[in-house]
Amino acid sequence: MRVVVCVKQIPDPASPFELDPDTHFLQRPEDQVLDDTDRYGVEMGLTIAEQTEGSVALVSMGPAGSLQGIRQALAMGADRAVVIDDPNLRGADSLATARVLTAAISREGFDVVIAGTESTDGYSGVVPQQIAELLNVPLLSFAKKVDLEGDRIRIERQTDYGFDLVEAAPPAVITVTSGVVEPRYPTFKGIMAAKSKPIDQVSAGELGVTTAAGQEIVAVRAAPERAAGEVIEDEGDAHLRIVQLLEQAKVI
Amino acid sequence: MTVYAPPLKDLRFVLHNLIGLDRLAALPGFEHVEADLVDAVLDEAGKLLTDVWFPLNRTGDIEGSQLRDGTVVTPAGFKDAYEQMVQAGWLGIPFPTEYGGGNMPATIVTAVTEMANATNPSLAMAPALSQGALDALLEHGSEELKEIYVRRLMTGEWTGTMCLTEPQAGSDVGALTTKALPADDGSWRIQGTKIFISFGDHDLTENIIHLVLARTPDSPPGTKGISLFVVPKYLVEDDGSLGESNDVKTVSLEHKMGIKASPTAVLSFGEEGEGSVGYLVGEERMGMRYMFTMMNNARLAVGLSGVALGEIAYQNALAYSQERVQSRPIGAPEDAVTPIIGHADVRRMLMTMKAQVEAMRALTLENAFALDMARNHPDEETREQYRLYADLLTPVSKAWATDLGIEVTSMAIQVYGGLGYIEESGMPQFYRDARIGAIYEGTNGIQALDLIGRKLPAGGGAAIMGMVGNMKAIDGELAAAGDRFNSMRTLLADGVAALEQATGWLAMNGMQDPNQAAAGATPYLRMLGTVAGAYFLAKSALAASKLLEEGSPDKEFLEAKIDTARFYAEQLLPLGTALLGPVTAGKETLFAIDPDQMGH
Repeated sequence: MRVVVCVKQIPDPASPFELDPDTHFLQRPEDQVLDDTDRYGVEMGLTIAEQTEGSVALVSMGPAGSLQGIRQALAMGADRAVVIDDPNLRGADSLATARVLTAAISREGFDVVIAGTESTDGYSGVVPQQIAELLNVPLLSFAKKVDLEGDRIRIERQTDYGFDLVEAAPPAVITVTSGVVEPRYPTFKGIMAAKSKPIDQVSAGELGVTTAAGQEIVAVRAAPERAAGEVIEDEGDAHLRIVQLLEQAKVI
Repeated sequence: MTVYAPPLKDLRFVLHNLIGLDRLAALPGFEHVEADLVDAVLDEAGKLLTDVWFPLNRTGDIEGSQLRDGTVVTPAGFKDAYEQMVQAGWLGIPFPTEYGGGNMPATIVTAVTEMANATNPSLAMAPALSQGALDALLEHGSEELKEIYVRRLMTGEWTGTMCLTEPQAGSDVGALTTKALPADDGSWRIQGTKIFISFGDHDLTENIIHLVLARTPDSPPGTKGISLFVVPKYLVEDDGSLGESNDVKTVSLEHKMGIKASPTAVLSFGEEGEGSVGYLVGEERMGMRYMFTMMNNARLAVGLSGVALGEIAYQNALAYSQERVQSRPIGAPEDAVTPIIGHADVRRMLMTMKAQVEAMRALTLENAFALDMARNHPDEETREQYRLYADLLTPVSKAWATDLGIEVTSMAIQVYGGLGYIEESGMPQFYRDARIGAIYEGTNGIQALDLIGRKLPAGGGAAIMGMVGNMKAIDGELAAAGDRFNSMRTLLADGVAALEQATGWLAMNGMQDPNQAAAGATPYLRMLGTVAGAYFLAKSALAASKLLEEGSPDKEFLEAKIDTARFYAEQLLPLGTALLGPVTAGKETLFAIDPDQMGH
């Protein structure tokens, strides 16, 4: 199968994210890392490609920088990458992003598109759904398990109460949750090989997409500080109160 | 619960600003060593080690390796953790590509090895020993031996050991009595008992390749009569498959103070019959020379354990000092409290740890870089110059860094206070694990003797004179760098002057009476390490200052580099400078009291 995996380079979450005071965009250093949630998507893509003697292409939109994060995904084993770095797309909303990624995915050709459920720097969580709609293919979302069965793809879709079994025939878009598979560690050979794997850097125009950012960030306000937690004084019945709270939170 | 984050930032700083990756990439064969690749190597190796090796560090310490029914069982998870490193190809990175290695420079390997030693010093021993065996085989082994053993040792599919020590032959290797008798088929039969054999038996790999020092018939006594043999745990058939079990028995495992997951075995060779099957490496009676090949890299690797354990101890002490609230800061209102990092004496300990770890890291990476230059530089004269330099630094890396490793891990216990004395805090393990570093691969006393007896005079003293010259050469830059560098400059000049004087004294007096020099060997090594540390940190500070001027965004980190160098120069360097006294005091008071009168 031809697998396309959507990945994103983000600033290293180990250092706090900062916003540009003028544009309100996230400040992106030269060296960005592969979004950790994308490691699961890449692993899933590699697993499917290995099972079907297929290939894995990465598509990514955003400032390319040193391409460190893309190389991390290539070092895991992906075959090639397309990176859309276009100054006109800074601060793009999710629909604009989906349009651009869809154009790149269509150009690559695909049987399966895989993405994480949401990025760790933007958290909009709707881009994969929009891509599925734009590609006009089924969406298998929130997969915590993915199986290929004959010519169908069956997933376990994570829900609040358990999981739904959902299946579709490719071509399709799958979003995977963290933990769907255990991402492999890049090998030394993989890292060496990643140096020479093709990375195609294109603008939106070159993909035939005319789109603008689609939104303007007018102002940014700090989130309210988290309120102090509830203190339960134990007068012999605290355990009952705690059980009640846990039940309300639906964790037991 | 202990924490560890690979010190990627500092490693990169040293590689880029003290060593210069461009100088590595300029060496023939290392053209692939670009910044992106190095970043990826450090990132990914560090990630695997932190995720997979580190969680087993404490459980491995508690469980230990055990001898069950004659074979050694390593702690739960170790086999899988070792295999993951093998599968990812990390154990092969130091070796030539023709045998399936990664051909990475020693400098980069050193950075990875530091992280391995921090996350799991016991497990990090296994590949270190294989490397010793490999170095000996590659340098001195026949093509036939290389064909059979090298590839699988390189990838980590098999491991190696170094069987040197016997009960009566420790630092005095020449006293060993293990025998090797020629067999009809050209192989040899080995008989004898070896002790303190690290990873002498284990369940990580299906075969173990012992390199054994033994005596052939009619050999002269002492070190001149020693030969080196390959003795596999399982004999290897012509097609490469494993055959019969060789006659090597694991008699017992030691109950050690630290690195408990690393099995330290007593091995009995040829107990059942006429001897274990062995194959001669190189020529007969050249074993002592081959042993040095085997141990040369090992000494730097042991030094790295000092850096590594110092680093992890520092990280934990730093985190704890920011959480633990105790007492009010001096001069603060009555009801104020502070995390203990606010107290001057705690801050002194933390700064001492930080500065020493950074100094050790710089020295060990410089040592590795000198090895790369000595091996790969196209110009023969340059190679020789760096060989002498690497030879000079090696005993210092080994002894100074392991001594400091013990001191820094001990200081971490002190920062934790009473909790630091409790095993659950994790601090005692770092200290216990660090303690062996000063003993094995040649005790630190032996390193000091090697330094003054062989390394100082080598090449007419070219290496030490070159090093002193380099230290003096940055004086102008320090003078021009502004007021903040004033103390660094004067104190470094004092230290270098004292070092020169001490070196001269050793040369003069050692000639007349070697025991005079021997008496000052240990303080001299400490002095050289301490002054060199100040020099490397001063160079780091100059590089940081330059980057700041260029408008580097990494302001806090670079400012801290300068302040760390200042602290080291003002607080630690003078202790090294003051060793001029002890170095030149001579042997008189050491031997003044008759041994019979030394009790109380």
